[in-house]
Amino acid sequence: MEGKKAKMEWEVVIGLETHVQLSTESKVFSGASCAFGAEPNTHSCYIDLALPGALPVLNRMAVEKSMKFGLAIGAEVAKKSVFDRKNYFYPDLPKGYQISQFPLPIVKGGKISFTVQPRNGEPYRKTVNLTRAHLEEDAGKSVHGVVRGKSGMDLNRAGTPLLEIVTEPDMRSAEEAVGYAKALHALVVWIGITRGNMQEGNFRCDANVSVRPKGQQEFGTRCEIKNLNSFKFLQEAIDYEVRRQIELIESGGKVVQATRLYDPATGETRLMRVKEDSMDYRYFPDPDLMPLIISDEWKARVASEMPELPEAMRERLVRELGLTEYDADVLTASRDIADYYGALSANAPDKKIAANWVMGEVASAVNGTEGMTYAAAPVRPEALAEILKRLADGTINAKGAKRLFQLIWDGAEANVDALIEREGLKQISDASAIEPLIDEVLASNQKMVEEFRAGKQKAFNALVGQCMKATRGKANPKQVNELLRKKLGA
Amino acid sequence: MEKRFYTVAELSRALAAKKVSAVELAKEYLARIEAKNSELNCFLDVRPEETLKQAEAADKLIAEGRAGRLTGVPIAHKDIFVTREWASTAASRMLEGYMSPFDAAVVAKLKSAGMVTLGKLNCDEFAMGSANENSAYGKVLNPWDANAVPGGSSGGSSSCVAAGLAPIATATDTGGSIREPASFTGVTGVKPTYGRPSRLGMIAFASSLDTAGLMAHTVEDIAWVLGDMVGFEPWDSTSENLPAEDFTRDLEKGVKGMRIGVPRKWFQKGLDPEVAASIESVIEEYRRQGAQIVEIELPTVELGVPVYYVVACAEASSNLSRFDGVRYGHRAAEYDDIQDMIKKSRNEGFGAEPKRRILIGTYVLSHGYYDAYYLKAQKVRRLITEEFDCAFQGVDAIISPVTTGTAYDFGAKSDPVSAYLGDLYTVPMSLAGLPCMSMPCGIHSNGRPIGVQLTCARFEEAKMLGIAAAWQRATDWHLRHPNGY
Repeated sequence: MEGKKAKMEWEVVIGLETHVQLSTESKVFSGASCAFGAEPNTHSCYIDLALPGALPVLNRMAVEKSMKFGLAIGAEVAKKSVFDRKNYFYPDLPKGYQISQFPLPIVKGGKISFTVQPRNGEPYRKTVNLTRAHLEEDAGKSVHGVVRGKSGMDLNRAGTPLLEIVTEPDMRSAEEAVGYAKALHALVVWIGITRGNMQEGNFRCDANVSVRPKGQQEFGTRCEIKNLNSFKFLQEAIDYEVRRQIELIESGGKVVQATRLYDPATGETRLMRVKEDSMDYRYFPDPDLMPLIISDEWKARVASEMPELPEAMRERLVRELGLTEYDADVLTASRDIADYYGALSANAPDKKIAANWVMGEVASAVNGTEGMTYAAAPVRPEALAEILKRLADGTINAKGAKRLFQLIWDGAEANVDALIEREGLKQISDASAIEPLIDEVLASNQKMVEEFRAGKQKAFNALVGQCMKATRGKANPKQVNELLRKKLGA
Repeated sequence: MEKRFYTVAELSRALAAKKVSAVELAKEYLARIEAKNSELNCFLDVRPEETLKQAEAADKLIAEGRAGRLTGVPIAHKDIFVTREWASTAASRMLEGYMSPFDAAVVAKLKSAGMVTLGKLNCDEFAMGSANENSAYGKVLNPWDANAVPGGSSGGSSSCVAAGLAPIATATDTGGSIREPASFTGVTGVKPTYGRPSRLGMIAFASSLDTAGLMAHTVEDIAWVLGDMVGFEPWDSTSENLPAEDFTRDLEKGVKGMRIGVPRKWFQKGLDPEVAASIESVIEEYRRQGAQIVEIELPTVELGVPVYYVVACAEASSNLSRFDGVRYGHRAAEYDDIQDMIKKSRNEGFGAEPKRRILIGTYVLSHGYYDAYYLKAQKVRRLITEEFDCAFQGVDAIISPVTTGTAYDFGAKSDPVSAYLGDLYTVPMSLAGLPCMSMPCGIHSNGRPIGVQLTCARFEEAKMLGIAAAWQRATDWHLRHPNGY
């Protein structure tokens, strides 16, 4: 009899290469516009078209945005980096080579920390080490189906600046990879180097995935999954690839080093080319471009223009404002929400209540409105701060505050005190004004009173509700509570 | 017009004195081209209406008193420079009929100086060659001798100036493509320092070497025009940002007290004795005028040819990748798919020499060969540059041969290796980016002109032109012209 074999435990190893399109006005080596969505070939000049005699000239903004990334992740911003030519023929590559950086990239090392949300289990912190980030140009796009039986070429995208960010093989699950990708996305948007629009291809990941028996030191053979332009696809593609590799090995097969493509329609990855077919790109330094020299002064100036980074802000929120780790994570998840909270908390009487409002009312209103951002939210942080001040000083109660928020969101002028007056939201705090109302409620709800006396807590809550209703919501619930208890002798 | 050969200086004075109009001059040169080009094949594209348009504009400026000293002076451009009004083919079938939407920086600068373009000049395909035998549009003849090559790759430039079809012409030099043809046709040819003239709009052969320059009869003419041809170009990252210079400033200075270096070893192996003797006469003249002649050694420089062919071919293999038939240029009539279209278009569009250099370049950049060839060549290139730098600590200029002999017969160097080895005296200066030039210094018993090469330190064009002027004041070799012209 064959004994039942212990199921092998596998460890997943993932490294990511991410192409981030830098948000420069013009292209990385030409003066043509980088704007998205223009008529084909209207944003490509003679440099992008690689006409005879055209020469590249490096865009200073693209360099500074790359430097910002290096500074943001604590990496070395290289004093000297070199642009190389990566040679291959493809119709969307006008020069027959891509200008990139190979042995001497602009950014070396660095790391990114983030919170991982595993499918099962508690969230935890993770740090991924970066190998490098280099500056390069994007290719154009083949366009099919415009003219029957022919392919077209749109070179608007050709020459737009990309920062390719490469990690060490530090991730051990699809969740960690997605956590990293989200943190990276938030960071590059945060420091203002990309628009980060994933539909427009501003942020595209290639995932290097391999598996190995738990405890084994050497890496397994990896496959690279190309061009994953959503977090969902990233997760699905890695999940599929991990399953595929484990099943392949467990059924006696071997993983072959290859480049694969993820098909969102089927949820599967399929073979694009095996390593043996990989091209020899014949990299060599581009003689049209001088080595890029970054002086300490230049670096210092760019550093002085950096905003507070999410990691630093996250720590500050916990340390100085006393927020929880969770709250700090949420409030630093994007520059958009962080800026909103920053502006609000500067004026809000209670930082924790302000945090709850941003994560509650504001978040649900923003998320519930198509295309809305915190930056464009109709309730500005300054107005919300006024509402919270009135809530804190007892002028209004929580219900009134929510009502005010909704009114301003819907277009009311953000003059909080005038609105409180107009809408009659002022809280009734005068006991002599509330007591007669409570007496009325008790008189007309004898049954509930009896139930309460019989020990039913629910009945008490119902009575509070009735009292609030009688004051049309304007009473202070805490005060109603106290008065009611007193009257019932509880 | 009274005579066949005019210098730029003479034409400039005649125009200023209103002895001749720009239109008259243009018509005269267009008539000469019409008469002689079918034989010499210097010009690839002549468009009289465009030339006359420019000449009329020049005359208007002259009439209004707004003319510069070059306004109305005719010039012809090597077909390596892209031009808006004339086709720009680099003498390749790949770019047959190609019209550029912009002018090369050099062309634009000379245009704004008021010079009138006569047309585009034949050359070796993509400037690859030393005999102008590699043009897709036929070879160029040397007006001195129909059997002799005009030199290359700027054979159209050298031939047209030597034949009086233009008083001055632009040319390009990657490894000797100005100096060698100038020497073979008895004209003066100058390659400035790499980065001094912009490469913007030069159809690239080897980006780290390609340099625009000029050919004319006298060094004075070149000194006049060079200042208007060079200057910082923001759309060229390798363009040097230097203050404007008057390159004529040292023309009268003479060589008294200068130290002129002679790499004696270069005169020993394989140098034609008559050529050697002519160069000796130049050295003697400089000595007579008060220069100190210093023997120098440049041992590493002798590795120039292999280094040059590795570096130049590597860059060429990449520079020529843009010619894929997708956006412009030759596209094969029939093909199966996009890869097949690119392959067939390139196979049909390129001649034998560009193909050979693409293959060499692809090889030396390939995985496993890069370190042994490309990287090693770059290291030796740096040593060569340092050796020159060191030599220029002790001398003002270096005098040397341009080639081992005079213009050879068509077909004599059909073996590419022997053709490449012929570049031994010219490629080292290109690798080091130095200003250098060829000027006439004799006529061989075979009836063909002899040239001598001068080289100076980076950015010392004015000094070099001054040294050359001292020779041209003392002799008249530069004013000898081929029989029948």
